[in-house]
Amino acid sequence: MAMVTEVLKHLFKKRATLMYPFRDRDKIHVPEGLRGKISFSRELCIGCGLCARFCPSGAAELIEDDKGKRPVFHIDQCLFCAQCEEVCPRKAITLTREFEIASFDRSDLIVK
Amino acid sequence: MSVNSSYERFFDVPIGPQHPALKEPLFLKLVVEGEHVVSADVDVSYTHRGVERALQERNYIQNIYLVERICGICNVAHTLCYCQNVEGLYEVEVPSRALYIRVLVEELARIHSHLLWLGVAAHEIGFDTLFMYVWRDREAIMDLIEEITGNRVTSAINTIGGVRRDIKPETADRCLKIMDYIEERTKYYKKVCETDPTIAARCAGVGILKPNDAVRLCAVGPTLRASNVKYDVRADDPYAAHDEVPFNVIVYDTNDAFGRILVRIDEIFESINMVRYCIKHMPSGPVRVRLRLNPPAGEHVSRVEAPRGELIHYVRSNGSEKPERYKVRTPTFENLPALCEMLTSKGDYVVNIADVPVVFASIDPCLSCTSRVAVLDYEKETVWIGRLEELKLKRLRR
Repeated sequence: MAMVTEVLKHLFKKRATLMYPFRDRDKIHVPEGLRGKISFSRELCIGCGLCARFCPSGAAELIEDDKGKRPVFHIDQCLFCAQCEEVCPRKAITLTREFEIASFDRSDLIVK
Repeated sequence: MSVNSSYERFFDVPIGPQHPALKEPLFLKLVVEGEHVVSADVDVSYTHRGVERALQERNYIQNIYLVERICGICNVAHTLCYCQNVEGLYEVEVPSRALYIRVLVEELARIHSHLLWLGVAAHEIGFDTLFMYVWRDREAIMDLIEEITGNRVTSAINTIGGVRRDIKPETADRCLKIMDYIEERTKYYKKVCETDPTIAARCAGVGILKPNDAVRLCAVGPTLRASNVKYDVRADDPYAAHDEVPFNVIVYDTNDAFGRILVRIDEIFESINMVRYCIKHMPSGPVRVRLRLNPPAGEHVSRVEAPRGELIHYVRSNGSEKPERYKVRTPTFENLPALCEMLTSKGDYVVNIADVPVVFASIDPCLSCTSRVAVLDYEKETVWIGRLEELKLKRLRR
């Protein structure tokens, strides 16, 4: 019974639920340090392979292209722990605040 | 109509493993006489994931993120316990600012876990209004954890040698504001729980666990403290900055599910005060020390008070970059014998079948982190689930 007044009070208050993703997209608060989708800079990378060595889920795969060794990130396996960002000696990897990365196609989820 | 006098008095009622009360796989085998539960047996071996074996296949840095996924809700407690363990192998001192941030995030996680549990408990007794309001207010804590650590649930804040992120002054201010809001709301929920007749009718006198039984059956955490046993790892064996941050160990002497609700609500108040103390008295300085990848050979045990009770991790290192053996003992596993005791009618104390979800939910079960070792005996066609010590004993007997 103690909740009746609380419930009645809330009849005249604003709804707590945001109607995401169809409406209220601009009201989503994304904090500064959110660990989202990886972004990778090929120019800075020296191909040391530390990211692949420390990745806990095997999302970072070391391959070779015409400029030498480099990682490729499979975001569908990524845990968003930012360990690769932490160990990268050249700051070639950063985790952006982008979080809407669901996709039906796995090939969309590869960061090169 | 006459009834044959040789009809069976006792029936087996299986509950679970699909969604017995919570969304957790547990098989409860109840023996009932009429509406009363005579005895209970549990089986938790539905979510064996082989985490301990997987830990031996990864290096110490990768293991932080695997340990974190043993349990989603108490992820901070697991990483804290793991990092303390590995730091124990190095015998390294962690900077005091890092210890304060560890306590801060740990207590925030405890507030969020207890609020989550309060909502679940309200849902179990059919009080969904309270469930909705509690979970709405819990969102404030989740947003705060996201702001401090970078993720809502799996925080990844602890690392070997300290913490990964420093706390910003504006985040600290916001944290204090949210603590005020949560304190006000929790006071209100405490009033609701104490005065509402529905909660009292469903929880008072249900799931009785006497203090001597609680100690005998090794109950841990709020389940133990609601049986009037003053035991808390944070007070009895302080880790991180807990020796400097003051708090009271909450005990209730009601021994029932109602006491377990009140213990957890009062612990939220203690945690709020600890968060405030941490922010106001946080020392300055570095937040981590850098360490080599390979810890020296040796072994270490570490204890942490997780939201559900005492959590124990054990590590054995042979000097390589991967642990040789890792053992986790989660609090829910220790509470299962006490759960069976609570579900057994004795003398004046009767357990109705309708009380089973409430009793089960009152230990705050987290079964996915519980499933441990399974021993298959092909000759007797039995499956046996047990702890490492028992396994050692079995090996010795052979």
